[in-house]
Amino acid sequence: MAKKPLLEFTDRGIYCAPGKFYIDPWKPVDDAVITHAHSDHAYLGHKHYLAHYLSREVLLYRLGGIALQTVEYGEKIVKNGVSVTLYPAGHVIGSAQIKVEYQGEVWVVSGDYKTEDDGISTPFEPVKCHHFISECTFGMPVYQWKPQVQVFEDVNNWWRNNLSNGLATVIVGYSLGKAQRILQNLDLFNGKVYTHGVIENTNEALRRNGVILNPTERITQETSKEEVRKGIILAPPSSVGTPWMRKFGPYSFGYCSGWMALRGAKHRRAADRGFILSDHADWDGLISAIDATGCECVYLTHGYTASFTRYLNEIGFNAREVHTLYGGEEEENPQDVAAEEKEFEASNSGEAGGPAQ
Amino acid sequence: MKAFAQLFLSLDETNKTNEKVKVLKDYFNCVPDTDKMHMLALFTGRRPKRPINSTLIRTWAMEASNIPQWLFEESYHVVGDLAETMALLMPQKESTNDKNLTQWIAELNAIGQQPEEERKLWLLDSWAMLDTQERFVFNKLLTGSFRVGVSQNLVIKALAEITGLDAATLTHRIMGSWMPETYTYEQLVQESGASDDVSRPYPFFLAYPIQETSDKQRSVEEIEGALGDAGQWQAEWKWDGIRGQLIKRDGKIFIWSRGEDLSTDKFPELHPFLNALPDGTVIDGEIMSFKDGLPMSFNVLQTRIGRKNLSKKILEESPVAVIAYDCLEYNGEDIRYKSQSERRTILEQLQAATPFPEMFRLSELIEFNSWDDLAKKREESRSINAEGIMLKRKTATYQVGRRRGDWWKWKIDPLSVDAVMIYAQKGHGRRADLYTDYTFAVWDGDKLVPFAKAYSGLTDQEINKVDYFIKRNTLEKFGPVRTVKPELVFEIGFEGINKSTRHKSGIALRFPRILRWRHDKPKEEADTLETLKALLGE
Repeated sequence: MAKKPLLEFTDRGIYCAPGKFYIDPWKPVDDAVITHAHSDHAYLGHKHYLAHYLSREVLLYRLGGIALQTVEYGEKIVKNGVSVTLYPAGHVIGSAQIKVEYQGEVWVVSGDYKTEDDGISTPFEPVKCHHFISECTFGMPVYQWKPQVQVFEDVNNWWRNNLSNGLATVIVGYSLGKAQRILQNLDLFNGKVYTHGVIENTNEALRRNGVILNPTERITQETSKEEVRKGIILAPPSSVGTPWMRKFGPYSFGYCSGWMALRGAKHRRAADRGFILSDHADWDGLISAIDATGCECVYLTHGYTASFTRYLNEIGFNAREVHTLYGGEEEENPQDVAAEEKEFEASNSGEAGGPAQ
Repeated sequence: MKAFAQLFLSLDETNKTNEKVKVLKDYFNCVPDTDKMHMLALFTGRRPKRPINSTLIRTWAMEASNIPQWLFEESYHVVGDLAETMALLMPQKESTNDKNLTQWIAELNAIGQQPEEERKLWLLDSWAMLDTQERFVFNKLLTGSFRVGVSQNLVIKALAEITGLDAATLTHRIMGSWMPETYTYEQLVQESGASDDVSRPYPFFLAYPIQETSDKQRSVEEIEGALGDAGQWQAEWKWDGIRGQLIKRDGKIFIWSRGEDLSTDKFPELHPFLNALPDGTVIDGEIMSFKDGLPMSFNVLQTRIGRKNLSKKILEESPVAVIAYDCLEYNGEDIRYKSQSERRTILEQLQAATPFPEMFRLSELIEFNSWDDLAKKREESRSINAEGIMLKRKTATYQVGRRRGDWWKWKIDPLSVDAVMIYAQKGHGRRADLYTDYTFAVWDGDKLVPFAKAYSGLTDQEINKVDYFIKRNTLEKFGPVRTVKPELVFEIGFEGINKSTRHKSGIALRFPRILRWRHDKPKEEADTLETLKALLGE
């Protein structure tokens, strides 16, 4: 009889039978190990959560009073004889790859990751394994990222230009990850950073977690339009085109996302400026990361899975495509936008979820 | 190339008209005059000939980017634009070139004569010295697919502000067939007298639609409120043919279509009547197929468009004639400043004098006493193969481009059916990597028969939702096409319907588009093939 694999792909998520736990499950389970706090990986309703300690406050803020255990990178936890260790994934602050080891067999679940050091998330670290479960959100060769230094030079120049043309500057990025990456790389000699409520809630959660972020000022009813015009507004994708954003006009609106690499996608979002900045690995990044694991088999969970799998097999990897429900925050699916809008409404009416502030 | 690539990027980065004009002016102010003319040629659809065929370009691009063919094709489906795909796939580098646009186009034109090996070397070298943005624009020139998101009007506006000439004059001066290699900037902007090219057409005056969206009809009261007394207007049938400008000057004849294509050779039947016109005459009208003296649907005309050789059979089966509705030049004088009524009188005189009244027809003036009366007459449109009614203010001059005010088109309601989406494909341009091209089906018994493809009509938000549905409800994949679980119902509008032997359903629609998403309808309640066939009216 063939041996059952250590990790299986089930309709609830990635399951470890001997360890009796799931990784990033999308239906309620007893024991969940979470790679990172984005909504397509950290769902509500599990009895017990294990995650990196830097995702602690964000998870509590997003999911409320969950039973959460946190660990450091490299700290080994044993579940029913199976050892579980977290390694940095470089995706967002507190994001982890999950290494699962049992009877000499090693599996690693990447969650989402990027190979470039963004200066704020602990940099991605390749982990040797037999089986590697990888994302491939940008698994097409048309996606090649420039170093972030160059991107932020463009961002800061654009901001300076807007200042001298009397335009407000709105920069848009996902509230967990992209927003902080932008915040840490803005040239604060240009002016102050004003934040949308959804982003500021996340910032506050991170600060409670001991993360040191550049100073920000939350935009409230009292914030004056003239004051904001002298700085920069940091806003989430769900705020684009809303009355909230329009009241700062005239403004120039820049969108930071890997999708901005394609003109079509850029036009669709009607951004004045598209900055190609992603928290996922690009084509070369994915291939080098997979190669560095030395794995016997790689499983592709979300992104351009079909063609990326085919290509990997052609160049000598043993690759398989698997079906999961991951692939959220960069895909901007309607559910995600709806979730963020709800969060936005809640934060606007002063009923923000999570602990008191 | 740097300036030109930057122009392209800057135009891409704003959707505000004033900023686009500023960007265009900045470009004009910083490049040599020859670059200005090349840019004008490109921005008005005058592309250089393709020096290398696209199969070779693709092959060499795959080589330069070191990926297999299937992955190149997949990348193209994701990006939705060949020039952009090739630009993105090659290694990213800093630019090391300093040739201007004129020099690049000269190279493009010269390389076509060289043997294949030379062309390949030149192309690989060129790619290697350009950065991604320059490479993209260069590829656009190379593949002859150069299109920009800037209307000719904006380019003219920028040019007018720089030169101090008025926009209408400039618009006229860049009409017709000129080459950027021979038409100079000095000629273009000289104080008076456009350069004397006898073939040059006038810019077309285009009508504004009375109803902005096809499913929102205007009432007679609304029309009266907006247009005033019916007596100030002349009404004609709106035909669905090819808008054409017919010129007779210096003993030569020219036929221009609205796309500014010189199509004189495509319509040999019209030559005798054009030759018989007095010199210095320009007529505006609709070229239509006729049978037994009656205009036929566009479908018939379509069979001859695009053919290189017009066989005797085609000329016999779908002979064309012109329904003339305006006269722009008479006795060599530009009479666009005269009123609609005055120009009509001249047109009638010209037509009365023609020995070819079968070919040179007059657009009939519809008699009506009131807007109510005209609204009733409009209902007859479909039965005579017209698309609706044209309204022209009797005092109107002949203007440039699409203008609100004096010319209106009042089209009839589209036909429509409710249909189920069954296939989807990714779109192009701003819809790249999103499923936006759909195939729709109606019921034939318990089977769904595909009958139409449609690309437009949904909002961006709806497109996102449909895309999300498709990605999670795909039954099968055939190359770029996905078979989708039949579930979503849409109302499909179209202008006309014809029998077709080429389609499974046996019918072909004209201008199908999505009118709305019928969230309220389950797929079982979509229309049937019989309903569609009944609309054939035969």
